[in-house]
Amino acid sequence: MNIFVLMKRTFDTEEKIVIQNGKVSEEGAEFIINPYDEYAIEEAIQVRDQHGGEVTVVTIGNEDAEKELRTALAMGADKAVLINIEDDVENRDQYTTATVLAEYLKDKEADLILAGNVAIDGGSGQVGPRVAELLGIPYVTTITKLEMDGTNVKAVRDVEGDEEVIETSLPLLVTAQQGLNEPRYPSLPGIMKAKKKPLEELELDDLDLEEDDVEAKTKTIEIFLPPKKEAGKILQGDIADQVKELVSLLHTEAKVI
Amino acid sequence: MARKVLTLAEVRDGALRNVSFEAISAAKTIAEGGEVVAVVVGASVRSFASELIAYGADRVVVVEHGKLATYTPDGYAQALQAVVEQEKPEGIVFGHTALGKDLSPKLAAKWQSGLVSDVVAVEEAGGNIVFTRPIYSGKAFEKKIVTDGLIFVTVRPNNIAPLEKDESRTGAVVDVQVEIKDLRTIVRDIVRKTAEGVDLSEAKVIVAGGRGVKSAEGFEPLKELANVLGGAVGASRGACDAGYCDYSLQIGQTGKVVTPDLYIACGISGAIQHLAGMSNSKVIVAINKDPEANIFKVADYGIVGDLFEVVPLLIEEFKKLKVHS
Repeated sequence: MNIFVLMKRTFDTEEKIVIQNGKVSEEGAEFIINPYDEYAIEEAIQVRDQHGGEVTVVTIGNEDAEKELRTALAMGADKAVLINIEDDVENRDQYTTATVLAEYLKDKEADLILAGNVAIDGGSGQVGPRVAELLGIPYVTTITKLEMDGTNVKAVRDVEGDEEVIETSLPLLVTAQQGLNEPRYPSLPGIMKAKKKPLEELELDDLDLEEDDVEAKTKTIEIFLPPKKEAGKILQGDIADQVKELVSLLHTEAKVI
Repeated sequence: MARKVLTLAEVRDGALRNVSFEAISAAKTIAEGGEVVAVVVGASVRSFASELIAYGADRVVVVEHGKLATYTPDGYAQALQAVVEQEKPEGIVFGHTALGKDLSPKLAAKWQSGLVSDVVAVEEAGGNIVFTRPIYSGKAFEKKIVTDGLIFVTVRPNNIAPLEKDESRTGAVVDVQVEIKDLRTIVRDIVRKTAEGVDLSEAKVIVAGGRGVKSAEGFEPLKELANVLGGAVGASRGACDAGYCDYSLQIGQTGKVVTPDLYIACGISGAIQHLAGMSNSKVIVAINKDPEANIFKVADYGIVGDLFEVVPLLIEEFKKLKVHS
Protein backbone atom coordinates (compact mmCIF):
# COMPACT_ATOMS: atom_id res chain seq x y z
CA MET A 1 0.00 0.00 0.00
CA ASN A 2 1.26 3.43 -0.97
CA ILE A 3 0.83 5.63 2.10
CA PHE A 4 1.54 9.35 2.48
CA VAL A 5 1.47 11.49 5.60
CA LEU A 6 1.14 15.29 5.50
CA MET A 7 3.15 16.70 8.37
CA LYS A 8 3.70 20.14 9.87
CA ARG A 9 6.34 21.37 12.25
CA THR A 10 4.85 23.50 15.02
CA PHE A 11 5.73 25.28 18.26
CA ASP A 12 5.75 23.06 21.33
CA THR A 13 2.45 23.32 23.21
CA GLU A 14 4.20 24.71 26.30
CA GLU A 15 5.68 27.66 24.36
CA LYS A 16 4.55 31.18 25.18
CA ILE A 17 3.95 33.46 22.23
CA VAL A 18 6.09 36.57 21.80
CA ILE A 19 5.36 39.05 19.04
CA GLN A 20 8.26 40.91 17.47
CA ASN A 21 8.03 43.25 14.48
CA GLY A 22 4.43 42.18 13.92
CA LYS A 23 5.35 38.51 13.70
CA VAL A 24 5.38 35.62 16.12
CA SER A 25 8.99 35.32 17.24
CA GLU A 26 10.55 31.90 16.74
CA GLU A 27 13.65 32.81 18.72
CA GLY A 28 14.60 30.09 21.14
CA ALA A 29 11.29 28.29 20.63
CA GLU A 30 11.11 24.51 20.83
CA PHE A 31 9.55 22.84 17.81
CA ILE A 32 7.74 19.55 17.58
CA ILE A 33 5.79 17.51 15.06
CA ASN A 34 2.24 18.89 15.20
CA PRO A 35 0.65 16.52 17.78
CA TYR A 36 -2.24 15.58 15.47
CA ASP A 37 0.23 14.76 12.70
CA GLU A 38 2.01 12.45 15.12
CA TYR A 39 -1.16 10.37 15.32
CA ALA A 40 -1.24 10.33 11.51
CA ILE A 41 2.36 9.11 11.31
CA GLU A 42 1.74 6.40 13.92
CA GLU A 43 -1.40 5.21 12.13
CA ALA A 44 0.43 5.16 8.78
CA ILE A 45 3.17 2.96 10.27
CA GLN A 46 0.60 0.59 11.79
CA VAL A 47 -1.32 0.33 8.51
CA ARG A 48 1.90 -0.42 6.63
CA ASP A 49 2.97 -3.04 9.17
CA GLN A 50 -0.40 -4.75 8.81
CA HIS A 51 -1.00 -4.42 5.08
CA GLY A 52 2.49 -3.91 3.64
CA GLY A 53 3.72 -1.02 1.53
CA GLU A 54 5.61 2.15 2.16
CA VAL A 55 5.10 5.33 4.23
CA THR A 56 6.28 8.67 2.86
CA VAL A 57 6.10 11.73 5.12
CA VAL A 58 5.76 15.05 3.30
CA THR A 59 6.14 18.51 4.75
CA ILE A 60 6.25 22.05 3.45
CA GLY A 61 8.82 24.13 5.25
CA ASN A 62 12.44 25.18 5.29
CA GLU A 63 15.56 23.19 6.09
CA ASP A 64 14.75 23.37 9.84
CA ALA A 65 11.88 20.93 9.23
CA GLU A 66 14.46 18.26 8.42
CA LYS A 67 14.69 17.55 12.14
CA GLU A 68 10.99 16.68 12.44
CA LEU A 69 11.15 14.63 9.21
CA ARG A 70 14.05 12.63 10.68
CA THR A 71 11.95 12.07 13.80
CA ALA A 72 9.15 10.68 11.63
CA LEU A 73 11.67 8.43 9.88
CA ALA A 74 12.98 7.32 13.27
CA MET A 75 9.43 6.42 14.31
CA GLY A 76 9.36 4.10 11.30
CA ALA A 77 8.36 6.02 8.17
CA ASP A 78 10.27 4.89 5.07
CA LYS A 79 10.86 8.09 3.14
CA ALA A 80 10.62 11.82 3.70
CA VAL A 81 10.01 14.74 1.37
CA LEU A 82 10.70 18.36 2.20
CA ILE A 83 9.07 20.87 -0.12
CA ASN A 84 10.79 24.18 0.42
CA ILE A 85 8.85 27.08 -1.09
CA GLU A 86 10.01 29.77 1.31
CA ASP A 87 12.18 31.60 -1.22
CA ASP A 88 9.73 31.20 -4.09
CA VAL A 89 6.41 32.23 -2.59
CA GLU A 90 6.12 35.28 -0.41
CA ASN A 91 2.40 35.19 0.41
CA ARG A 92 1.29 31.76 1.59
CA ASP A 93 -1.91 30.46 3.12
CA GLN A 94 -3.81 27.17 3.21
CA TYR A 95 -4.67 27.56 -0.47
CA THR A 96 -0.92 27.66 -1.18
CA THR A 97 -0.12 24.67 1.02
CA ALA A 98 -2.91 22.50 -0.38
CA THR A 99 -2.15 23.40 -3.99
CA VAL A 100 1.54 22.54 -3.57
CA LEU A 101 0.82 19.27 -1.74
CA ALA A 102 -1.81 18.21 -4.29
CA GLU A 103 0.56 18.98 -7.15
CA TYR A 104 3.22 16.81 -5.50
CA LEU A 105 0.76 13.98 -4.82
CA LYS A 106 -1.18 13.94 -8.08
CA ASP A 107 0.99 11.37 -9.89
CA LYS A 108 2.03 9.36 -6.82
CA GLU A 109 -0.92 6.94 -6.92
CA ALA A 110 -1.42 7.20 -3.18
CA ASP A 111 -3.80 4.63 -1.71
CA LEU A 112 -4.05 6.33 1.65
CA ILE A 113 -3.12 9.85 2.73
CA LEU A 114 -3.12 10.77 6.40
CA ALA A 115 -2.84 14.16 8.06
CA GLY A 116 -3.58 15.75 11.40
CA ASN A 117 -7.07 17.24 11.61
CA VAL A 118 -5.65 20.60 12.61
CA ALA A 119 -2.27 22.18 13.33
CA ILE A 120 -1.94 23.70 16.75
CA ASP A 121 -0.33 26.90 15.44
CA GLY A 122 -2.48 28.31 12.63
CA GLY A 123 -5.40 26.14 13.64
CA SER A 124 -7.15 26.39 10.28
CA GLY A 125 -7.85 22.66 9.82
CA GLN A 126 -8.19 23.11 6.08
CA VAL A 127 -5.33 21.39 4.34
CA GLY A 128 -6.52 17.76 4.52
CA PRO A 129 -9.97 18.22 2.94
CA ARG A 130 -8.56 20.72 0.43
CA VAL A 131 -5.92 18.25 -0.77
CA ALA A 132 -8.53 15.46 -1.07
CA GLU A 133 -10.78 17.74 -3.13
CA LEU A 134 -7.91 18.75 -5.43
CA LEU A 135 -6.95 15.09 -5.92
CA GLY A 136 -10.58 14.07 -6.48
CA ILE A 137 -10.62 11.51 -3.66
CA PRO A 138 -12.97 11.20 -0.66
CA TYR A 139 -11.96 12.14 2.86
CA VAL A 140 -12.94 11.41 6.43
CA THR A 141 -11.88 13.95 9.07
CA THR A 142 -11.19 13.63 12.81
CA ILE A 143 -10.95 9.84 12.82
CA THR A 144 -10.43 7.85 16.01
CA LYS A 145 -10.36 4.41 14.37
CA LEU A 146 -9.36 3.03 10.98
CA GLU A 147 -9.92 -0.48 9.62
CA MET A 148 -9.20 -1.78 6.15
CA ASP A 149 -10.19 -4.88 4.23
CA GLY A 150 -8.80 -4.80 0.71
CA THR A 151 -9.89 -1.42 -0.60
CA ASN A 152 -12.87 -1.22 1.76
CA VAL A 153 -12.43 1.14 4.67
CA LYS A 154 -14.34 1.53 7.90
CA ALA A 155 -13.48 4.59 9.95
CA VAL A 156 -14.90 6.01 13.14
CA ARG A 157 -14.90 9.78 13.37
CA ASP A 158 -15.35 12.08 16.32
CA VAL A 159 -18.20 14.51 15.74
CA GLU A 160 -18.31 16.88 18.69
CA GLY A 161 -18.02 14.00 21.10
CA ASP A 162 -20.35 11.62 19.28
CA GLU A 163 -19.08 8.88 16.97
CA GLU A 164 -19.90 8.42 13.32
CA VAL A 165 -19.11 5.08 11.70
CA ILE A 166 -18.13 5.76 8.09
CA GLU A 167 -17.80 3.30 5.23
CA THR A 168 -15.77 4.26 2.23
CA SER A 169 -12.99 2.95 0.02
CA LEU A 170 -9.43 3.64 -1.12
CA PRO A 171 -7.94 5.86 -2.37
CA LEU A 172 -8.80 8.00 0.64
CA LEU A 173 -7.56 10.87 2.77
CA VAL A 174 -8.15 10.81 6.51
CA THR A 175 -7.32 13.32 9.23
CA ALA A 176 -6.39 12.14 12.70
CA GLN A 177 -8.10 13.04 15.95
CA GLN A 178 -6.72 12.50 19.41
CA GLY A 179 -7.49 8.98 20.62
CA LEU A 180 -6.67 7.36 17.26
CA ASN A 181 -3.57 5.71 18.70
CA GLU A 182 -0.66 6.16 21.07
CA PRO A 183 2.26 7.52 19.01
CA ARG A 184 5.51 5.66 19.66
CA TYR A 185 8.74 7.28 20.71
CA PRO A 186 11.57 6.77 18.24
CA SER A 187 13.84 3.92 19.40
CA LEU A 188 17.61 4.26 19.39
CA PRO A 189 18.02 1.81 16.46
CA GLY A 190 15.19 3.72 14.77
CA ILE A 191 17.12 6.97 15.15
CA MET A 192 20.25 5.35 13.72
CA LYS A 193 18.35 3.91 10.76
CA ALA A 194 16.59 7.21 10.11
CA LYS A 195 19.90 8.87 9.27
CA LYS A 196 20.26 6.62 6.23
CA LYS A 197 16.67 6.80 5.00
CA PRO A 198 15.98 8.92 1.90
CA LEU A 199 15.00 12.56 2.44
CA GLU A 200 14.17 14.30 -0.80
CA GLU A 201 14.16 18.09 -1.13
CA LEU A 202 11.97 19.80 -3.68
CA GLU A 203 11.28 23.38 -4.70
CA LEU A 204 8.42 24.97 -6.58
CA ASP A 205 10.23 24.48 -9.92
CA ASP A 206 10.43 20.73 -9.36
CA LEU A 207 6.64 20.64 -9.10
CA ASP A 208 6.03 22.54 -12.29
CA LEU A 209 4.33 25.37 -10.41
CA GLU A 210 4.74 29.12 -10.72
CA GLU A 211 4.41 31.56 -7.84
CA ASP A 212 1.17 32.88 -9.37
CA ASP A 213 -0.38 29.40 -9.23
CA VAL A 214 -0.05 29.18 -5.48
CA GLU A 215 -0.22 32.75 -4.25
CA ALA A 216 -2.32 33.19 -1.10
CA LYS A 217 -6.00 34.14 -1.32
CA THR A 218 -5.97 35.67 2.16
CA LYS A 219 -3.59 37.95 4.01
CA THR A 220 -2.74 38.48 7.66
CA ILE A 221 -2.65 42.19 8.41
CA GLU A 222 -2.05 42.13 12.15
CA ILE A 223 -1.03 39.74 14.92
CA PHE A 224 -1.68 40.62 18.55
CA LEU A 225 -1.78 39.10 21.99
CA PRO A 226 -5.02 38.89 23.95
CA PRO A 227 -5.37 41.47 26.73
CA LYS A 228 -3.71 40.28 29.91
CA LYS A 229 -6.22 39.13 32.48
CA GLU A 230 -6.31 41.03 35.74
CA ALA A 231 -5.72 38.85 38.74
CA GLY A 232 -9.08 37.75 40.06
CA LYS A 233 -10.63 37.57 43.47
CA ILE A 234 -9.58 34.74 45.76
CA LEU A 235 -12.43 34.26 48.20
CA GLN A 236 -11.76 34.00 51.91
CA GLY A 237 -13.35 32.49 54.97
CA ASP A 238 -15.27 29.34 55.68
CA ILE A 239 -15.72 27.15 52.58
CA ALA A 240 -19.52 27.17 52.86
CA ASP A 241 -19.48 31.00 53.03
CA GLN A 242 -17.08 31.19 50.10
CA VAL A 243 -19.44 29.07 48.02
CA LYS A 244 -22.41 31.30 48.94
CA GLU A 245 -20.38 34.39 48.05
CA LEU A 246 -19.26 32.87 44.76
CA VAL A 247 -22.79 32.03 43.66
CA SER A 248 -23.93 35.50 44.63
CA LEU A 249 -21.02 37.13 42.70
CA LEU A 250 -21.72 35.03 39.61
CA HIS A 251 -25.36 36.04 39.81
CA THR A 252 -25.10 39.75 40.65
CA GLU A 253 -21.59 40.92 39.63
CA ALA A 254 -20.59 38.70 36.70
CA LYS A 255 -24.23 38.11 35.71
CA VAL A 256 -23.47 34.79 34.06
CA ILE A 257 -25.98 32.79 36.10
CA MET B 1 -19.45 47.48 -1.48
CA ALA B 2 -22.66 45.52 -1.24
CA ARG B 3 -22.20 41.78 -1.55
CA LYS B 4 -24.51 38.81 -1.65
CA VAL B 5 -23.54 36.43 1.15
CA LEU B 6 -24.84 32.92 1.86
CA THR B 7 -24.88 31.23 5.24
CA LEU B 8 -25.24 27.52 5.81
CA ALA B 9 -27.75 26.85 8.58
CA GLU B 10 -27.26 23.77 10.71
CA VAL B 11 -29.91 21.64 12.35
CA ARG B 12 -29.04 19.51 15.36
CA ASP B 13 -31.50 17.45 17.41
CA GLY B 14 -34.43 18.92 15.55
CA ALA B 15 -33.52 22.57 16.10
CA LEU B 16 -31.37 25.20 14.42
CA ARG B 17 -28.04 25.66 16.16
CA ASN B 18 -27.30 29.06 17.69
CA VAL B 19 -24.21 29.38 15.54
CA SER B 20 -26.48 29.50 12.49
CA PHE B 21 -27.93 32.78 13.79
CA GLU B 22 -24.45 34.06 14.60
CA ALA B 23 -23.42 33.23 11.01
CA ILE B 24 -26.29 35.39 9.71
CA SER B 25 -25.06 38.25 11.88
CA ALA B 26 -21.49 37.85 10.52
CA ALA B 27 -22.85 37.63 6.98
CA LYS B 28 -24.68 40.95 7.47
CA THR B 29 -21.37 42.65 8.25
CA ILE B 30 -19.66 41.04 5.27
CA ALA B 31 -22.59 41.86 2.95
CA GLU B 32 -22.30 45.61 3.66
CA GLY B 33 -25.93 46.19 2.80
CA GLY B 34 -26.14 43.35 0.26
CA GLU B 35 -28.47 40.39 0.51
CA VAL B 36 -27.96 37.67 3.12
CA VAL B 37 -29.36 34.31 2.04
CA ALA B 38 -29.55 31.46 4.54
CA VAL B 39 -29.29 27.98 3.05
CA VAL B 40 -30.78 25.05 4.90
CA VAL B 41 -30.04 21.52 3.72
CA GLY B 42 -31.59 18.22 4.77
CA ALA B 43 -34.35 15.72 4.17
CA SER B 44 -37.15 17.87 5.54
CA VAL B 45 -36.02 21.30 6.71
CA ARG B 46 -38.42 23.80 5.18
CA SER B 47 -40.01 24.49 8.55
CA PHE B 48 -36.81 26.19 9.79
CA ALA B 49 -36.96 28.95 7.17
CA SER B 50 -39.13 31.36 9.18
CA GLU B 51 -36.79 31.31 12.17
CA LEU B 52 -33.80 32.09 9.93
CA ILE B 53 -35.69 35.08 8.57
CA ALA B 54 -36.59 36.19 12.10
CA TYR B 55 -32.85 36.18 12.86
CA GLY B 56 -32.04 38.39 9.90
CA ALA B 57 -31.81 36.33 6.73
CA ASP B 58 -33.25 38.30 3.81
CA ARG B 59 -34.17 35.12 1.99
CA VAL B 60 -33.93 31.39 2.62
CA VAL B 61 -32.94 28.70 0.15
CA VAL B 62 -34.21 25.23 1.01
CA VAL B 63 -32.47 22.18 -0.41
CA GLU B 64 -34.31 18.98 0.41
CA HIS B 65 -33.34 15.47 -0.63
CA GLY B 66 -33.57 12.09 1.06
CA LYS B 67 -29.83 11.60 0.61
CA LEU B 68 -29.19 14.77 2.58
CA ALA B 69 -30.81 13.50 5.78
CA THR B 70 -27.35 12.79 7.19
CA TYR B 71 -24.36 15.00 6.49
CA THR B 72 -21.75 13.72 4.06
CA PRO B 73 -19.14 15.95 2.41
CA ASP B 74 -20.12 14.75 -1.08
CA GLY B 75 -23.87 15.18 -0.54
CA TYR B 76 -23.64 18.63 0.99
CA ALA B 77 -21.02 19.77 -1.55
CA GLN B 78 -23.39 18.83 -4.38
CA ALA B 79 -26.23 20.70 -2.68
CA LEU B 80 -24.11 23.79 -2.07
CA GLN B 81 -22.70 23.70 -5.57
CA ALA B 82 -26.22 23.85 -7.00
CA VAL B 83 -27.08 26.78 -4.73
CA VAL B 84 -23.87 28.68 -5.48
CA GLU B 85 -24.33 28.23 -9.23
CA GLN B 86 -27.85 29.62 -8.98
CA GLU B 87 -27.22 32.40 -6.44
CA LYS B 88 -23.69 33.44 -7.47
CA PRO B 89 -22.76 34.79 -4.02
CA GLU B 90 -19.56 36.60 -3.14
CA GLY B 91 -19.23 34.94 0.24
CA ILE B 92 -20.36 31.94 2.29
CA VAL B 93 -20.40 31.77 6.09
CA PHE B 94 -20.42 28.46 7.99
CA GLY B 95 -20.38 27.66 11.68
CA HIS B 96 -16.99 26.47 12.91
CA THR B 97 -18.64 23.19 13.88
CA ALA B 98 -17.78 19.60 13.00
CA LEU B 99 -19.86 20.02 9.84
CA GLY B 100 -18.54 23.46 8.92
CA LYS B 101 -14.93 22.42 9.50
CA ASP B 102 -15.40 19.30 7.39
CA LEU B 103 -17.24 20.89 4.47
CA SER B 104 -15.89 24.43 4.05
CA PRO B 105 -12.31 23.54 2.96
CA LYS B 106 -13.69 21.24 0.25
CA LEU B 107 -15.85 24.02 -1.15
CA ALA B 108 -13.09 26.63 -0.83
CA ALA B 109 -10.79 24.31 -2.79
CA LYS B 110 -13.50 23.70 -5.39
CA TRP B 111 -13.81 27.45 -5.98
CA GLN B 112 -10.06 28.05 -5.73
CA SER B 113 -10.63 30.40 -2.87
CA GLY B 114 -9.25 31.19 0.54
CA LEU B 115 -11.04 30.31 3.74
CA VAL B 116 -10.81 32.24 6.97
CA SER B 117 -11.71 29.70 9.62
CA ASP B 118 -12.60 29.93 13.31
CA VAL B 119 -13.47 33.63 13.14
CA VAL B 120 -14.37 35.34 16.43
CA ALA B 121 -15.04 38.87 15.13
CA VAL B 122 -15.90 40.54 11.82
CA GLU B 123 -15.67 44.27 11.10
CA GLU B 124 -15.45 46.69 8.22
CA ALA B 125 -12.23 48.66 8.49
CA GLY B 126 -10.39 50.78 5.94
CA GLY B 127 -12.44 49.50 3.02
CA ASN B 128 -11.83 45.87 3.94
CA ILE B 129 -13.79 43.23 5.75
CA VAL B 130 -11.42 42.26 8.55
CA PHE B 131 -11.68 38.91 10.31
CA THR B 132 -10.18 38.23 13.73
CA ARG B 133 -9.25 34.66 14.58
CA PRO B 134 -7.20 32.94 17.26
CA ILE B 135 -3.83 31.39 16.47
CA TYR B 136 -1.86 29.09 18.75
CA SER B 137 -5.24 28.13 20.23
CA GLY B 138 -5.90 31.61 21.53
CA LYS B 139 -2.42 32.42 22.83
CA ALA B 140 -2.47 35.09 20.11
CA PHE B 141 -4.89 36.48 17.52
CA GLU B 142 -4.55 37.50 13.89
CA LYS B 143 -6.55 39.84 11.68
CA LYS B 144 -7.08 38.62 8.14
CA ILE B 145 -8.52 39.91 4.93
CA VAL B 146 -9.53 38.02 1.80
CA THR B 147 -7.52 39.21 -1.20
CA ASP B 148 -8.88 37.03 -4.01
CA GLY B 149 -11.76 34.67 -4.79
CA LEU B 150 -14.93 34.04 -2.83
CA ILE B 151 -15.06 34.97 0.85
CA PHE B 152 -15.33 31.67 2.72
CA VAL B 153 -15.61 31.99 6.48
CA THR B 154 -16.33 29.74 9.46
CA VAL B 155 -17.42 31.49 12.67
CA ARG B 156 -16.67 30.13 16.11
CA PRO B 157 -19.80 29.46 18.19
CA ASN B 158 -20.56 31.85 21.08
CA ASN B 159 -18.49 34.78 19.82
CA ILE B 160 -20.45 36.86 17.31
CA ALA B 161 -23.70 38.17 18.75
CA PRO B 162 -26.75 37.14 16.73
CA LEU B 163 -29.21 39.81 15.63
CA GLU B 164 -32.25 40.31 17.80
CA LYS B 165 -34.96 37.83 16.86
CA ASP B 166 -37.81 39.65 15.13
CA GLU B 167 -40.85 37.57 14.14
CA SER B 168 -42.24 40.41 12.06
CA ARG B 169 -39.47 40.19 9.49
CA THR B 170 -40.46 38.75 6.15
CA GLY B 171 -38.50 37.16 3.35
CA ALA B 172 -38.93 34.78 0.45
CA VAL B 173 -38.36 31.04 0.83
CA VAL B 174 -37.19 29.34 -2.34
CA ASP B 175 -36.50 25.72 -3.14
CA VAL B 176 -33.49 24.52 -5.07
CA GLN B 177 -33.82 21.07 -6.60
CA VAL B 178 -30.72 18.92 -6.60
CA GLU B 179 -29.80 15.56 -7.93
CA ILE B 180 -27.50 13.83 -5.46
CA LYS B 181 -25.13 11.49 -7.27
CA ASP B 182 -22.92 8.87 -5.70
CA LEU B 183 -21.75 9.51 -2.17
CA ARG B 184 -18.26 8.17 -1.65
CA THR B 185 -18.56 8.08 2.13
CA ILE B 186 -21.55 6.52 3.87
CA VAL B 187 -22.54 7.10 7.48
CA ARG B 188 -23.30 3.59 8.71
CA ASP B 189 -24.02 4.46 12.31
CA ILE B 190 -24.03 7.37 14.74
CA VAL B 191 -23.13 6.50 18.32
CA ARG B 192 -24.31 9.08 20.82
CA LYS B 193 -21.74 9.56 23.55
CA THR B 194 -22.54 13.07 24.69
CA ALA B 195 -25.28 13.56 27.24
CA GLU B 196 -28.29 15.80 26.68
CA GLY B 197 -26.87 17.20 23.46
CA VAL B 198 -24.97 20.07 25.15
CA ASP B 199 -21.87 20.34 23.00
CA LEU B 200 -18.68 21.70 24.55
CA SER B 201 -18.07 24.22 21.78
CA GLU B 202 -21.52 25.76 22.15
CA ALA B 203 -22.05 25.34 25.90
CA LYS B 204 -22.65 28.54 27.86
CA VAL B 205 -21.35 26.90 31.02
CA ILE B 206 -18.51 24.37 31.26
CA VAL B 207 -17.49 22.49 34.37
CA ALA B 208 -14.03 21.05 33.78
CA GLY B 209 -11.98 18.62 35.81
CA GLY B 210 -8.27 17.96 36.00
CA ARG B 211 -5.97 15.50 37.69
CA GLY B 212 -7.37 16.67 41.03
CA VAL B 213 -10.60 14.82 40.18
CA LYS B 214 -8.58 11.65 40.78
CA SER B 215 -10.84 9.07 39.05
CA ALA B 216 -13.65 8.53 36.55
CA GLU B 217 -16.11 8.43 39.48
CA GLY B 218 -14.68 11.74 40.66
CA PHE B 219 -16.30 13.35 37.61
CA GLU B 220 -19.80 12.51 38.89
CA PRO B 221 -20.21 15.65 41.05
CA LEU B 222 -18.88 17.74 38.15
CA LYS B 223 -21.50 16.20 35.87
CA GLU B 224 -24.21 17.00 38.39
CA LEU B 225 -23.03 20.60 38.66
CA ALA B 226 -23.01 20.89 34.86
CA ASN B 227 -26.54 19.48 34.75
CA VAL B 228 -27.81 21.96 37.32
CA LEU B 229 -26.32 24.80 35.26
CA GLY B 230 -27.43 23.39 31.88
CA GLY B 231 -23.80 23.14 30.85
CA ALA B 232 -21.29 20.59 29.62
CA VAL B 233 -18.41 18.75 31.25
CA GLY B 234 -14.84 19.19 30.01
CA ALA B 235 -11.43 18.00 31.14
CA SER B 236 -7.75 18.81 31.08
CA ARG B 237 -5.21 16.72 29.22
CA GLY B 238 -4.00 15.40 32.57
CA ALA B 239 -7.43 13.98 33.38
CA CYS B 240 -7.79 12.45 29.89
CA ASP B 241 -4.28 10.96 29.90
CA ALA B 242 -4.99 9.45 33.32
CA GLY B 243 -8.05 7.75 31.80
CA TYR B 244 -10.64 9.58 33.95
CA CYS B 245 -12.60 10.59 30.88
CA ASP B 246 -12.82 10.40 27.11
CA TYR B 247 -10.45 12.44 24.93
CA SER B 248 -13.46 14.05 23.29
CA LEU B 249 -13.84 16.11 26.47
CA GLN B 250 -10.30 17.48 26.39
CA ILE B 251 -9.94 21.24 26.45
CA GLY B 252 -6.63 22.82 25.53
CA GLN B 253 -4.22 23.41 22.70
CA THR B 254 -4.59 19.75 21.86
CA GLY B 255 -8.32 19.25 22.27
CA LYS B 256 -11.12 21.78 22.11
CA VAL B 257 -10.84 25.52 22.42
CA VAL B 258 -13.86 26.89 24.25
CA THR B 259 -15.24 30.31 25.11
CA PRO B 260 -18.27 29.80 27.38
CA ASP B 261 -19.83 32.50 29.55
CA LEU B 262 -18.77 30.59 32.66
CA TYR B 263 -15.88 28.14 33.01
CA ILE B 264 -15.54 26.34 36.32
CA ALA B 265 -12.12 24.66 36.60
CA CYS B 266 -12.04 21.97 39.30
CA GLY B 267 -8.73 20.46 40.34
CA ILE B 268 -6.98 21.84 37.26
CA SER B 269 -3.47 23.19 37.80
CA GLY B 270 -3.48 25.38 34.70
CA ALA B 271 -0.74 24.21 32.34
CA ILE B 272 -0.12 26.58 29.42
CA GLN B 273 -1.54 24.01 27.05
CA HIS B 274 -4.83 23.96 29.00
CA LEU B 275 -5.03 27.73 29.45
CA ALA B 276 -4.74 28.12 25.66
CA GLY B 277 -8.03 26.28 25.32
CA MET B 278 -10.11 28.18 27.88
CA SER B 279 -8.56 31.48 28.97
CA ASN B 280 -10.80 33.46 26.61
CA SER B 281 -13.91 32.31 28.49
CA LYS B 282 -15.94 35.27 29.76
CA VAL B 283 -15.83 34.36 33.46
CA ILE B 284 -13.49 31.78 34.97
CA VAL B 285 -13.89 30.18 38.37
CA ALA B 286 -11.02 28.10 39.78
CA ILE B 287 -11.35 25.56 42.55
CA ASN B 288 -8.05 24.08 43.62
CA LYS B 289 -6.37 22.91 46.81
CA ASP B 290 -3.07 24.49 45.83
CA PRO B 291 -3.17 28.30 46.31
CA GLU B 292 -0.12 28.58 44.02
CA ALA B 293 -1.85 26.80 41.10
CA ASN B 294 -1.41 28.62 37.79
CA ILE B 295 -5.15 28.49 37.13
CA PHE B 296 -5.73 31.22 39.73
CA LYS B 297 -3.78 33.65 37.51
CA VAL B 298 -6.50 33.56 34.87
CA ALA B 299 -9.46 33.05 37.20
CA ASP B 300 -11.93 35.83 37.94
CA TYR B 301 -12.95 34.09 41.15
CA GLY B 302 -11.02 31.49 43.06
CA ILE B 303 -11.74 29.16 45.93
CA VAL B 304 -8.77 27.50 47.55
CA GLY B 305 -10.19 24.22 48.73
CA ASP B 306 -11.00 20.59 48.06
CA LEU B 307 -13.23 20.27 45.01
CA PHE B 308 -15.03 17.31 46.60
CA GLU B 309 -16.11 19.63 49.39
CA VAL B 310 -16.74 22.72 47.26
CA VAL B 311 -18.59 21.22 44.27
CA PRO B 312 -21.45 19.58 46.26
CA LEU B 313 -21.94 22.86 48.15
CA LEU B 314 -22.02 24.72 44.83
CA ILE B 315 -24.66 22.32 43.52
CA GLU B 316 -26.85 23.06 46.56
CA GLU B 317 -26.39 26.83 46.25
CA PHE B 318 -27.16 26.89 42.51
CA LYS B 319 -30.25 24.76 43.13
CA LYS B 320 -31.43 27.26 45.75
CA LEU B 321 -30.80 30.13 43.36
CA LYS B 322 -32.84 28.34 40.69
CA VAL B 323 -35.77 27.90 43.05
CA HIS B 324 -35.71 31.58 43.98
CA SER B 325 -35.45 32.99 40.49
